[in-house]
Amino acid sequence: MDYNFHWQPVIGRLPDLLLASLDTLQVAALSIVLGIVIGLLLAILRMNARGRWTPLQWFAVAWIEIARNTPVLFQLFFFGFGLGAWGWHLSPFMIVLAGLSFNCAGYLAENFRGGFQSIPDTQYRAARSVGMSAGQTYYHIIIPQVLRKVWHPLTNQIVWAVLMSSLGMLVGYQELTGSAQYFASRTYRIFEYFAVVALIYYALVKLILMASRMLGWRLFRSEGGV
Amino acid sequence: MIDITNLHKRFGPLHVLKGINLTVDKGEVLSVIGSSGSGKSTLLYCINGLESIQDGSIRVDDTEVHHPKTDLNRLRQKLGMVFQQWNSFPHLTALENVALAPRIVKGQSKSEASERASEQLNHVGLGDKLDSYPHALSGGQQQRLAIARALAMEPSLMLFDEATSALDPELVGEVLDTMRMLAREGMTMICVTHEMGFARDVSDRVAYFHQGIMEEIGPPEQLFNTPQSEHTRAFLSKVR
Repeated sequence: MDYNFHWQPVIGRLPDLLLASLDTLQVAALSIVLGIVIGLLLAILRMNARGRWTPLQWFAVAWIEIARNTPVLFQLFFFGFGLGAWGWHLSPFMIVLAGLSFNCAGYLAENFRGGFQSIPDTQYRAARSVGMSAGQTYYHIIIPQVLRKVWHPLTNQIVWAVLMSSLGMLVGYQELTGSAQYFASRTYRIFEYFAVVALIYYALVKLILMASRMLGWRLFRSEGGV
Repeated sequence: MIDITNLHKRFGPLHVLKGINLTVDKGEVLSVIGSSGSGKSTLLYCINGLESIQDGSIRVDDTEVHHPKTDLNRLRQKLGMVFQQWNSFPHLTALENVALAPRIVKGQSKSEASERASEQLNHVGLGDKLDSYPHALSGGQQQRLAIARALAMEPSLMLFDEATSALDPELVGEVLDTMRMLAREGMTMICVTHEMGFARDVSDRVAYFHQGIMEEIGPPEQLFNTPQSEHTRAFLSKVR
């Protein structure tokens, strides 16, 4: 072990790394938002199958199965290089956004489905029996309870999206990992760069978990928070 | 005020109600007794339109419940329902449980709805639990909360579906007392129940259901003391 640590180049690039981590957060946040919206739709489609399978239901099931049972990297490569075969060329940012949204939607769909199915039918009936419409019942009674059930899996998925966005490096997206790789290759301080980047990821995840806990505390007072 | 003629209800091949004819007058308390699977609870679900019917008609105050053009959300405001499982909304306080529907369905202001909700909760003896969440209430308290929630819509009729069956024995009394109080106040009630004491003391009439047929209906003294039908006699000898 005669390795000499040189932190100076990394410290000098810290502002650039922090800026790059904003790109990480941006693509993760956007894919989570898209993932929630699409995941909710997929869950509703899948729950409405009830023995009668239409092409829409097959579509939802296929999406969920592929997203959950193949490596995320393959999913990114599909949007990066797979679509290229049909002449579709996405920007690196769009590849990561599409890949992560696809993946998050598949996972969240199953979380949402589990959440909805854990709410007893009787809650629905009770709400309808006092004259609430179906929409009011979902908005005021069902969704808030589902949100409570999926809160932890959802937080998990947000963390996951932040960490998975590092795969963006492999399709040319200059987020935190991509930038670190770029700077490291010019200075050969590979260990130092990735050690610092690991710390930044750790801090980002801790921030997300803290925010989730605080928000959960406010939202779920009825059960003493989360 | 409720007029049921030749009501048939099927769940697939299962014929659950086989031609029920029944009238309930304003202010009347009707208890419905019978063994499990006799169709008593289904009758209640059909009355407030939570279940469809296959034949016959149900009229509530001259509104045909199962007419396609009937606004069920509007009709259900008149029909309070209390379920066997108490079904309080776990994410809302007692006060919010009661005030929610008057606010979003009837359009009452938040303060008006809260004020009336606290009156209703006082009425059922939960005046000191306004800000409690359901998980902090006992089964009996949750069931009284469910009664207050139904009453807050100012219904003209209350449907009780085995309101005490899921309760611990020591909690049954407080719920029955609340139901007795409503009966004294002149509320029209249909109570599906296994509480023979309640059926005997509180109801104006008692109906006995057997395998989807209303075997017998009459004043409690008649039905309990001199039952006409053999099935009624057999049932009563088992529960007494």
